[in-house]
Amino acid sequence: MKKYKGFLYLLPALAFLAVFLIYPLIDVFIYSFEEGYSSASQSYFGIGWYNYDYVLHDPYFTQALVNTVLLVVITVPLSTGFSLAIAFLLTRIEKLRSLFQTIYFLPYVTNTLAVGMVFMVLFKQTPYSEGVVNTLISWCGGEPVDFIEGPYWAKMFVLCFYTIWIVMPFKILILTSALASVNPMYYAAAKVDGTSSWRIFRKITLPLISPSVFYLVITGFIGAFKAYSDAVALFGTNLNANGMNTMVGYVFDMLYRDGGGYPSYASAAAILLFAIVLTITVINLMVSKKYTHYS
Amino acid sequence: MKIGLDHLTKSFPANGRKSKGKDVIAVDDFTFTIPDGKLVGLLGPSGCGKSTTLNMISGLLKPTSGKIYFGEHDVTDLPPEERGVGMVFQNYALYPHMTVEQNIRFPLENLKGKDKLSDEEMKKRVEEAARLVKIDELLDRKPGELSGGQQQRVAIARALVKLPRVLLLDEPLSNLDARLRLQTREEIRRIQQETGITTVFVTHDQDEAMSISDLIVVMKEGKVQQIDSPQKVYDDPANAFVAQFLGIPPINMFDGRIQDGKLWIGPDAVLAVEGLPDQQVAIGIRPEGFILAHDGHLKNKMVRTEVSGRDISILSTNPASRSPQVRSILSSDDLPFIKEGQADFDLKPRKVFLFEPESGKRLRGTLKPLDQTHTSSPEEVIEVELLEQAENR
Repeated sequence: MKKYKGFLYLLPALAFLAVFLIYPLIDVFIYSFEEGYSSASQSYFGIGWYNYDYVLHDPYFTQALVNTVLLVVITVPLSTGFSLAIAFLLTRIEKLRSLFQTIYFLPYVTNTLAVGMVFMVLFKQTPYSEGVVNTLISWCGGEPVDFIEGPYWAKMFVLCFYTIWIVMPFKILILTSALASVNPMYYAAAKVDGTSSWRIFRKITLPLISPSVFYLVITGFIGAFKAYSDAVALFGTNLNANGMNTMVGYVFDMLYRDGGGYPSYASAAAILLFAIVLTITVINLMVSKKYTHYS
Repeated sequence: MKIGLDHLTKSFPANGRKSKGKDVIAVDDFTFTIPDGKLVGLLGPSGCGKSTTLNMISGLLKPTSGKIYFGEHDVTDLPPEERGVGMVFQNYALYPHMTVEQNIRFPLENLKGKDKLSDEEMKKRVEEAARLVKIDELLDRKPGELSGGQQQRVAIARALVKLPRVLLLDEPLSNLDARLRLQTREEIRRIQQETGITTVFVTHDQDEAMSISDLIVVMKEGKVQQIDSPQKVYDDPANAFVAQFLGIPPINMFDGRIQDGKLWIGPDAVLAVEGLPDQQVAIGIRPEGFILAHDGHLKNKMVRTEVSGRDISILSTNPASRSPQVRSILSSDDLPFIKEGQADFDLKPRKVFLFEPESGKRLRGTLKPLDQTHTSSPEEVIEVELLEQAENR
């Protein structure tokens, strides 16, 4: 009895997880193999790989996959790198440090859609305005670009820019506290031994804050793979037509498209996304074991 | 190489309400030359400026004024890396993510230009340093897997591997348990003597400072109180602070006076005084300065005795004592002579020091026993120490 007492305490949480997480996950997994499942009639035609075959050959899915992967590959390293640089510089200044910390943290507490509005002002061309960025480009003698409905690279640039900007506050916060927790005694020891600042950063600071960095990289990957609302905030709800859909967006569209939607296709796409995120996270954890120092 | 400190002063800008806009002077006009190849202990209570002094020698802190010389060379404005100092920090500051070998090797990898070492040379130097501190078995471990004493040795090896001209140790033993502390301080002494490197260490523990230093610098509130050999600091304190700071159990302080060539504690004349005018004085008597004597000159009220086997302590009270109880340490042979109620003592003159009551400045006169008829241990009575009148110690 004593052995199972612990589980008794966990029971409420486990029951909650089972109902709202594990059951749906299994359900989605089953749907993804049921061909043409209809939630209205609770019926399907057959069982097999058909849904996966369809989704993988759907150009919208391929587009969403490319968009998502690009977003992940570009924004995770850049946002982590910039955050590290800013956090490091924040520890170096003494005057106005808390002011700057507050400023850098503001985007975190600002509503996504409100930020989307600001980006509209910056990038969207309207009959009345070229958008602030285009005005700047014109001043510098460049050609205005339609960032919202124009070429793919321009739209991708805006999406990446937005994503980096919105995730940085949290990363700066985590890294600032990680840097502050490094015992200054290590720096004093390194200084007495004549270590250059760059070497101190690379050989001492970075390894000592590596757990925080890897935490941010892993959650950053997962977060970027799940991106959806940012694209909606910038490009509206018809993302497929705009060519800017993400994988979560594709799943969402599949659920509600053409009235009844296609739960089977949506499930297959969701399982594919799950598999990708799982693989990347496992790889991340394996790599991090080698380079991360936990005290 | 000798280290010269010339009117070294460090003040920190006022910070917080307490200081009321006044700068905090951590080290005040410290002038001293640390002789070549000696082990010098900076001793004092916390906040006395000893660590600040060490950090100025290392270059981690810039002095507010004054100069620091290594040999004849002025290093005051040199950054730490150009001074050639090795430093061991209180918590060792071993890089936790590196192995012992990488830790010791780290300073060597910083060398550039003509000092740059090849891989084999570095390996050789690391091994030499590890062998010196006897940790050559532990090179592959991480600091977290080592005991406190082993970490301490790694820290010393890392400080010594680049063959510094000066070795600085900040509270090197304070994180070790009592047994390891004894062992490690011997080890530090051995390493210092084997390498002959000028070494300065900081401690608040008098035992530590007394046991291994060639010279002790006693500091208080940024000011140097006394610089002498360990025994001299104990036997001939420069002022009341030094007398009270050194010695376990601490010295017993009394209020007394000099009158008619005698030293008085309350109604008791205890010693004869020569060379000092009549005045009020503070009297310090080391615990071992008491001689239990039937009808002794100092009349104390007995509280109780403590027996430790080798010796005994008598705790007694005297109205003139500055502390609630007077502790005297006697040989256990005296045990049969202890009586209830009364504890009468004669005093050993060279264990008694006189100070100015307010400033605590040492008053140097000649103390002698009053007479020899009542004492129980006659060999002590003949002992008469002539203290020289010494100015500017």
